[in-house]
Amino acid sequence: MSKSAVERPVDRPEQTIAGTLRRHGRHIMANWIRELALLPVIVLLLVVGAFVNPAFLTADNFINVAQESAALGAVVAAESLILLTGKFDLSLQATYGLAPMVGAWLIVSKDGQGLGTDWNPFLGIAIVLLVGLAVGAFNGFMVIKLGFNAFIFTLAMLILLTGIQVGIVSGRTIYHLPDTFTYLGSQYLLGVPISVWVTGAIFLFSALFLRYHRVGRAIYAIGGNTEAARAAGIHVDRVRIGVFIVASLLAALAGLMTAGQVVAVTASQGSNLIFSVFAAAVIGGISLEGGRGRMVGALTGVILLALVQNILILSQIQTFWIDAANGLIILIALALARLIGTERA
Amino acid sequence: MEPVNGGIVKESVNGEPAAVRPVRLSVGVAQGVWKAFGETQALRDVSLDVGTGECHGLVGRNGAGKSTLVAIFTGLIRPDRGVVRLGAEAAPTLADRATWQRLVACVYQKSMVVPSLTVAENVFLNRATGDDHGIVNWRAMRSRARQVMLDWGFDLDVNRLARDLSVEQRQVVEIARALSVGARFLILDEPTASLEKAAIERLFERIRRLKGSGVGILYISHHLEEIYEVCDRVTVLRDGERVLSAPVGEIKQDRLVEAMVGVAPQRATEIAAPMLVIASARPRLEISHLRVPATLGSVQDVSFSVSPGECVGLVGLQGSGTATVADAVVGLVKPVSGEIRLDGKPIHAGRVDATLRQGVTYVPEDRHARGFVPYLGVGENLTVCILDRLSSRGIVSRSGRDRVAAGLVEQLGIVTSGLDQRVEQLSGGNQQKVVVGRALARNPAVLVAVTPTVGVDVAAKESLLNVIGAARDGGIAVLLVSDDLEDLRICTRLLVMVKGRLVKEYRQPPWDRHELIAAVEGLEPASARGESE
Repeated sequence: MSKSAVERPVDRPEQTIAGTLRRHGRHIMANWIRELALLPVIVLLLVVGAFVNPAFLTADNFINVAQESAALGAVVAAESLILLTGKFDLSLQATYGLAPMVGAWLIVSKDGQGLGTDWNPFLGIAIVLLVGLAVGAFNGFMVIKLGFNAFIFTLAMLILLTGIQVGIVSGRTIYHLPDTFTYLGSQYLLGVPISVWVTGAIFLFSALFLRYHRVGRAIYAIGGNTEAARAAGIHVDRVRIGVFIVASLLAALAGLMTAGQVVAVTASQGSNLIFSVFAAAVIGGISLEGGRGRMVGALTGVILLALVQNILILSQIQTFWIDAANGLIILIALALARLIGTERA
Repeated sequence: MEPVNGGIVKESVNGEPAAVRPVRLSVGVAQGVWKAFGETQALRDVSLDVGTGECHGLVGRNGAGKSTLVAIFTGLIRPDRGVVRLGAEAAPTLADRATWQRLVACVYQKSMVVPSLTVAENVFLNRATGDDHGIVNWRAMRSRARQVMLDWGFDLDVNRLARDLSVEQRQVVEIARALSVGARFLILDEPTASLEKAAIERLFERIRRLKGSGVGILYISHHLEEIYEVCDRVTVLRDGERVLSAPVGEIKQDRLVEAMVGVAPQRATEIAAPMLVIASARPRLEISHLRVPATLGSVQDVSFSVSPGECVGLVGLQGSGTATVADAVVGLVKPVSGEIRLDGKPIHAGRVDATLRQGVTYVPEDRHARGFVPYLGVGENLTVCILDRLSSRGIVSRSGRDRVAAGLVEQLGIVTSGLDQRVEQLSGGNQQKVVVGRALARNPAVLVAVTPTVGVDVAAKESLLNVIGAARDGGIAVLLVSDDLEDLRICTRLLVMVKGRLVKEYRQPPWDRHELIAAVEGLEPASARGESE
């Protein structure tokens, strides 16, 4: 390699080390501001919450909020991964409901509305994850390899899987779940629910993976410019299918959390979840076009939705109006996020 | 396109290499390469070699086989016959992408940069930066990217996001990526198409420096002046054959143009065009000091006018801004400055519906994307722009629509089984007739047609041109944007655009083919250049 002279800096005279570092710092700052655009909104919500109800600013309440939204968070992390590759999966909601249903169905006795096979609870947990794996692999194969439109195909899968979830228990609820099965959703570690630890770990690990692993960077490249990714030798299809599988596994795990928390699996577990999932991801700055957004942003989206839900309940607003208020606040959050962060939604 | 048998300046393809091959090494060699796509013979016995430290120009008109040759050199397709070597190695198999990437890199017109990633990441996309356990070592990646920039003299902050970069800077990223992999054979496919003048100068400076470091460059450009500026040798392709290969110093421009165009035995070099006395003194369409930024083909300060009964041909290469002018006139893009007036009244800039109501209709460049609705019938497509006239209170009169559509089908000679036949089922020529018919249905004041005959057969081309010619005679002001010389026969006046500016006007047909092409390619007429040297 020749060490030719540095090109004459025609339009940028400050070509010094200090200048470079300064610019570097500025880029990092700008990126973080973009990611944490929701922080002011969250702070505002905390203030509002404190006025609405004195019970809001208590450790118990926050632990409660965290436990309530741990499962949602895991699914948001899952959907964010898929969104980053430029695809999406609506059926995560159905996996979230069906996977624990099948697992519980096979381990619970007939009294508890199970099938009566009474399998080992550990086997049940394995089956929960296996269902997630199978659904993710099937979705990934059909959408990526066979080129089905992600929207319509995963929508059909959502309807099918939800139907199976209702069908195998004839619409009833499975209860009498063994402790092993509910451990994830009901136990505490250092005063914090295990499910919260797990979701936190999922966010931490996926954020680090996206930032520091080659495949993580490939996910951004695929979502940002698929052709360029392919030209760089990235196995675009393989990565995308892998992400579908991981996401479905996470959704199944999230379903297990919820099942453990309510110590039952209802036939309607998961219904309408996907709307909150997309709302949290998009508010958190994950681009629906792919290739843009970070896990920390998605996490702030989850926290924001959870706080809104909590404040609405504590404010003793009429139950029938909670959904409308929730929707309105999501819209406001989107508008604010757009104002603060440059280009999202 | 010119017929195949016009090779008047064909160099001896077979004898030459042995004699001329010097001591220097080659970074990329193609020997006797053939490639056919179905019926079309894209390349016939093409040989070309790019030496270390050489910039080798590759020129030829659209369809001459340049892209096919690039695809063969980059391992995207296999030649049917012939040998490809890269440096000392024989070309690897197509599946072995990694080896191809190590040996040769191509900077395409289309950006292969990931906008959401930083410069450093784009340079090291999908490559190990740490100990290769898949963990990205950001510090190492940044410093190595910085080192690459430093080694090759590029001034670019590696921490910036690619989406914040200019076109020029993105190109630098792609070149840096190629060089950092170790590729010493670089293919630049029309690298100046969307660059500003100063950026082009800097690109040339970079090319000279790369040459000095032993990188071999295959430089593809439509702008022959650039070939003379940076290239050492030039190869001309025409209809899939190599018609000329020589050091640029030994070849005069007119000969280069001649090699590209060839001769057309059946037709005169002069394009026949209608002689027309424009009666109306008052122009219908007036464009003054138009300025439109665009990624492919900005327009800088263009002024001209079109009178009723006149067909003005706007001629230029892709990216010269001709299509952008058309887009601005029909309201698809909004100019930053300048004015477009119709019968003295300014048009609604950037509003297609408003310009349509004012009487400007459009035959778009890409008929599949903007020209018609494939699933709808011929009748519906033909009348889609005049539904307001065919309907009352929002209800479309079916009989009125069919009457208008049937008239257009007859006028244009559209071959269709009926007005309800889906347009997607028609042949390309008939599809294009539907698009032209749609534009004429409104009986417009101004018709803007962009490459109206591209991709249609000879007969359809004739009838399309006749229809547009008839519209012109009927008093419509026609603006025809095309780089197909055959299209220009219906023009009464020609304007040539190069890099966003009007450079030449031909008022009096017939036009001289060679002179016109030289002007389009951005060359001074050969005689003028001779004087300046």
